[in-house]
Amino acid sequence: MNYIVKIFEILLIPVFFGGYAMADTINLGVAGAHSGDLASYGLPSVNAAELVVNDTNAKGGVLGKKVNIWAEDDACKPELATNTATRLISKGVHVVMGHICSGATKAALGIYKDMNIVTMSPSATNPDLTQSGNYPNFYRTIASDDAQARLEVNFALRTLNIKKIAVIHDKGDYGKGLAEYARKFIASSGIAKVVLYEGITPGAVDYSAVIRKIKRSRAGAVIFGGYHPEASKLVSGMRKKRMDTIFISDDGVKDDTFIKVAKKYAEGVYATGPKDVSTNPLTIKATADHKKKYGKDPGAFFLNAYSATQALLNAIEKAGTTQYEALKKALQNEFVETPLGKIRFDKNGDAEGVGFSMYQVKNGKYIEVKK
Amino acid sequence: MISENLSDTILYFIELLLGGLTRGSIYALIALGYTMVYGIIELINFAHGEIYMLGAFTALIISGIMTMHGYAGMSVFFTAMLVAVLYSSAYGYTLEKIAYKPLRNAPRLSPLISAIGMSIFLQNYVMLAQTSDFMPFPSLLPEFECLALIDYMIGGPELIILITTVFVMICLTFLIKYTRIGKAMRATAQDKKMAMLVGIDINRMISATFVIGSALAAIAGVLIATHVGQINFYIGFIAGIKAFTAAVLGGIGSIPGAVLGGLILGLTESFATGYVSSDYEDVFAFALLVLILIVRPSGLIGRTEMQKV
Repeated sequence: MNYIVKIFEILLIPVFFGGYAMADTINLGVAGAHSGDLASYGLPSVNAAELVVNDTNAKGGVLGKKVNIWAEDDACKPELATNTATRLISKGVHVVMGHICSGATKAALGIYKDMNIVTMSPSATNPDLTQSGNYPNFYRTIASDDAQARLEVNFALRTLNIKKIAVIHDKGDYGKGLAEYARKFIASSGIAKVVLYEGITPGAVDYSAVIRKIKRSRAGAVIFGGYHPEASKLVSGMRKKRMDTIFISDDGVKDDTFIKVAKKYAEGVYATGPKDVSTNPLTIKATADHKKKYGKDPGAFFLNAYSATQALLNAIEKAGTTQYEALKKALQNEFVETPLGKIRFDKNGDAEGVGFSMYQVKNGKYIEVKK
Repeated sequence: MISENLSDTILYFIELLLGGLTRGSIYALIALGYTMVYGIIELINFAHGEIYMLGAFTALIISGIMTMHGYAGMSVFFTAMLVAVLYSSAYGYTLEKIAYKPLRNAPRLSPLISAIGMSIFLQNYVMLAQTSDFMPFPSLLPEFECLALIDYMIGGPELIILITTVFVMICLTFLIKYTRIGKAMRATAQDKKMAMLVGIDINRMISATFVIGSALAAIAGVLIATHVGQINFYIGFIAGIKAFTAAVLGGIGSIPGAVLGGLILGLTESFATGYVSSDYEDVFAFALLVLILIVRPSGLIGRTEMQKV
């Protein structure tokens, strides 16, 4: 028995002593899926962190200290993520960029919260992470799953002043999920109501009965969750029946095929879509740097991870310390220039101005609606 | 106020009724192909929905070419329809010769598998030869000025779909009941051996059945494509399944049954959507099918299979 304990102790010593971070560096933890099926989501974030940290260190680091990266793998599994978090904490990280998957992020967040470590995910989209209020240490540089529905509802209610809305979806995971959020937001807004909530069958011969129902409900606008084939059938059917009901949809419809198929009937249709950041000079630089260093195009969530790393380092610089409360304040008040635009965070932890914009079809093209 | 509500309710009912009839007519046109083929060789031609899709694609190509050369209006519609009908009929004819005729004396399951194979083949053929994307289909049918007052109830294309269907049904009934070929087809359906003995070329009759069925499917394909405004290689599948349901509902093998089944299915779907919820559109349609089959196992106007020993 004693032997076994001894052997374990000997094995453990290098783990505990070998990995301790130096006190005069800023330690950035990078957690996520770096192996396994979902490694393609996690590895780009490590590259992004390396690029930002190299740039920062070349300019003299943060608060005069060098920045160090500690990358840890959670394979996107919640049960591994808690270990990952503990390992990072034992290495003395000051802030964490990660995790990648919502489930793993949720599992790890409690541990970071107890240790007062600010965590910023480039890719966890579960709405609860920010909206539940359980994780005040959590921030993210990606829009949450309900962001499109929120934008659609806000646009209909506040910009267009519509009081009666019909919510239609295609019964699919994506469309129905979105429609559920939209219905919830309209109901809780208190200034408008859902007059019709229906699912339609994709690929059905026509939608004339649903269109008549929308007409009868006297809705001012239709919010549709789904993809463009059904959307174009609905819109052309409505316009042929001389209904001028406003049509608002999602990025499944913000597709040029929609305009190609619905043609003149597509005019005036609103759809949310990801913000176009491809012309941002920082995006161009980040992508070019990645190509130079790794010899290929960056993968998923690269820009989000790049922005998250920049936001974290910027917050430490502006706060002048790695202390938790000061960091939170800096994240919420100080703007930072990133490939995703000039961002700061709201009190829930979502990045303001990141994610989706409203577009409208004008003269056969989707044009961003400027408020 | 009450009377306004009442007229509103009646209007809504009429709108749903007309919408259901339009959809039902399309189902009926396709269902006729299923039921005629079943009536004559007792085969469920699962590739029939694909013939419908091919008709729509042919019309799209023809109308594209004609529009490019400056033609417009009804002339495009009629030419496209004519070419689609001819082309689809040729497909139906070839389909029978390639996939079903060699299996005529095989066990009944073999031609069924062959039919499913042809369906998959034709879908993929169109996907590869044309595109997997949705294609816009031009509105070939005009919106009539005289309908402007009531086009919220029924538009030009819907009216044309209804009229065409009724016209086609009358022609078909006439063909089957009173012409030589119709009589020969009925004889083949009743007893192949006996028909052969009295000098009927049953191969020709079977081919004729496929040609007529395919022509009807092509008409349906062109009508619905111009009404809805979009097609892709997959439209035949769902329309085919629905039409097959309609054929079974009315009694497979019976021609008036297919029409009745199609109309009932279309109306059920329309009213289920209008008064309950479109989430349950298919639930109601298939619940009705189950109910009718429980009460009348051979469909509404189906004949019971007595001639089989």
